[in-house]
Amino acid sequence: MYRVNGYTGGHVLKSPYARGQAYQKLGQLEEIDVWDTKGDTEKGYTSTKWEFLRLLFKSKGALFGSIIILLFILVAILAPYIAPYSYDEVDLPNMLQPPSSSYPLGTDELGRDIFSRIIYGARVSLKVSMFSVGISLIIGVVLGAIAGYFGGVVDYIISGLTDIVWSFPVTLLAIAFVATLGPSLTNLILALALTGWTGFTRLVRGEFLAIREKEFIMAAKALGIPNGKIVFRHMIPNSLAPIIVLATMELPKAIIVESSLSFLGLGAQPPTPSWGSIMSAGRSYIMEAPWIFLFPGLVIGILVLAVNLFGDALRDTLDPKLRN
Amino acid sequence: MIPLLIGLTLIVFLILHLAPGDPVDLMVGPNVTPEVYENVRNKLGLDKPLYVQYFTFLKNVLRGDLGTSILKNVPVKDLIAERFPITLKLGVLSLLVSFAIAIPIGIQAAKYRNTPVDYLSMTFALVGISIPTFGFGLTLLYIFAYKLRWFPVSGHDTLLHLVLPVFTVGLTDAAVTARMVRSSMLEVMGEDYIRTARSKGLSEKVVMNKHALKNALISVITLLGMRMGWILGGSAILETVFSIPGLGRLMVDGIFSRDYPVVQGSMLVLGVSVLVGNLIADILYALVDPRIKY
Repeated sequence: MYRVNGYTGGHVLKSPYARGQAYQKLGQLEEIDVWDTKGDTEKGYTSTKWEFLRLLFKSKGALFGSIIILLFILVAILAPYIAPYSYDEVDLPNMLQPPSSSYPLGTDELGRDIFSRIIYGARVSLKVSMFSVGISLIIGVVLGAIAGYFGGVVDYIISGLTDIVWSFPVTLLAIAFVATLGPSLTNLILALALTGWTGFTRLVRGEFLAIREKEFIMAAKALGIPNGKIVFRHMIPNSLAPIIVLATMELPKAIIVESSLSFLGLGAQPPTPSWGSIMSAGRSYIMEAPWIFLFPGLVIGILVLAVNLFGDALRDTLDPKLRN
Repeated sequence: MIPLLIGLTLIVFLILHLAPGDPVDLMVGPNVTPEVYENVRNKLGLDKPLYVQYFTFLKNVLRGDLGTSILKNVPVKDLIAERFPITLKLGVLSLLVSFAIAIPIGIQAAKYRNTPVDYLSMTFALVGISIPTFGFGLTLLYIFAYKLRWFPVSGHDTLLHLVLPVFTVGLTDAAVTARMVRSSMLEVMGEDYIRTARSKGLSEKVVMNKHALKNALISVITLLGMRMGWILGGSAILETVFSIPGLGRLMVDGIFSRDYPVVQGSMLVLGVSVLVGNLIADILYALVDPRIKY
């Protein structure tokens, strides 16, 4: 890893051979007087990594947030071992039971254990949010990179498309996609992915427009390095910090939209438990069994709050530019 | 605006064509003679190329013809005319409540940055953005309508019916807006003209109220359109929680009964209102900020 006028170029190259090559390249480049090799030591790199983690977890929000997030991931993975019942175990004599020792969070209209359904619901929520944000990220970064790197007509078309999708609220667009594809969990992931990419495109396009004119990119172009390599080895690594921050910020939105659409019945289909769909049943039995809507709602709130806290801390540490 | 409208109509048009199942089957049912089937297909224009169908669709929309509901066999236009005012009324009231709460909070938080006032209001805002609207709505419904019986459980006729839904959206949306107001206020407070105002010896009160606040409010105006769009986009969820027969609910019911003309019509009207909201914000922005000229 080497720093050039405040921008990081290239990678940490692990093998001594590759590192030698990198130095050799640096040597060549010094002739055109662009490069600055300060901080190009392995020790420098590891210490920045630790420094970053130290700074991040100095914030109580990041610490609390990451513990809660890890807890939810663990619960989702270990669901069959933690849940006292199966998510679809019907027990009609015990329907609409209030929380008790045998049913810690009560039962729903079919006598299913709310606690177990919430635990399995973590799988749905995490799966949908992570996959949809991941796909959005890929679509957004690729489109933004193309628009920002090549500019011109391509940029005009991509930016126009981004503006169109950006102008409509995510919920409305997601409902439109689900209406078209039919309600199911996979279609919900697709709908969220196909509507959530605009933020990434705008971000990456802006970053690329700024980086494109930097000396180290001009140097790379002058050296005849192919476009693909410039984009993937120099430009994307330099925009990585804000991309990661944005992805973290998009996660809680995806969790909320997933639960909202499942609440409408447009997401997870029965008997798959999603926090939103459990609450939808809770709407019908709000008077007799308020615990059905209350506990999944609390769980959504806690997870979203944790991700928001973590995201805020990550933004402050990784990219002070984005603050406010 | 024009590309946005084309994009919107294209999405809405494609709902019918990309949706699983044959639209003709949906309308006439599976047990009809091929002649009847062909007849309906011709009548709907489904035998023509896709782009011809799109232009026919556009022409009909421009004439105010949104098709006929498959399920109820009434013009979609009439259904929407009945439902849209309810959704719009809720949306506008929620927006007013949201801004009435968010603007003072955001401004105070920025003014007293890094003090307990700031921390407290931003903590509330963070909690506010972390709660899903429907969860908050259900909680308010349970406490104030079922337990305390202060407000009716459902309906939309009197002002009393509207209190819970309006506050559900107003309060959750205020959390988002307060964060944005705070950051635009902070941005303005860092500007050179504020430093100039201070250095020429103006009192802090005048600097804040006359210089910072006015400029911060300019960017708050653009928020209006954005939040209005967001609120209308989420109307289906709110109307489900409070059993309000609004446009959002019409749309979702249409999806379940696969009444595609209804889905298309409600989606189109909601989408256009989002765009109109943005347009109004742009116009207001230009009126308030003399630097903007179109």
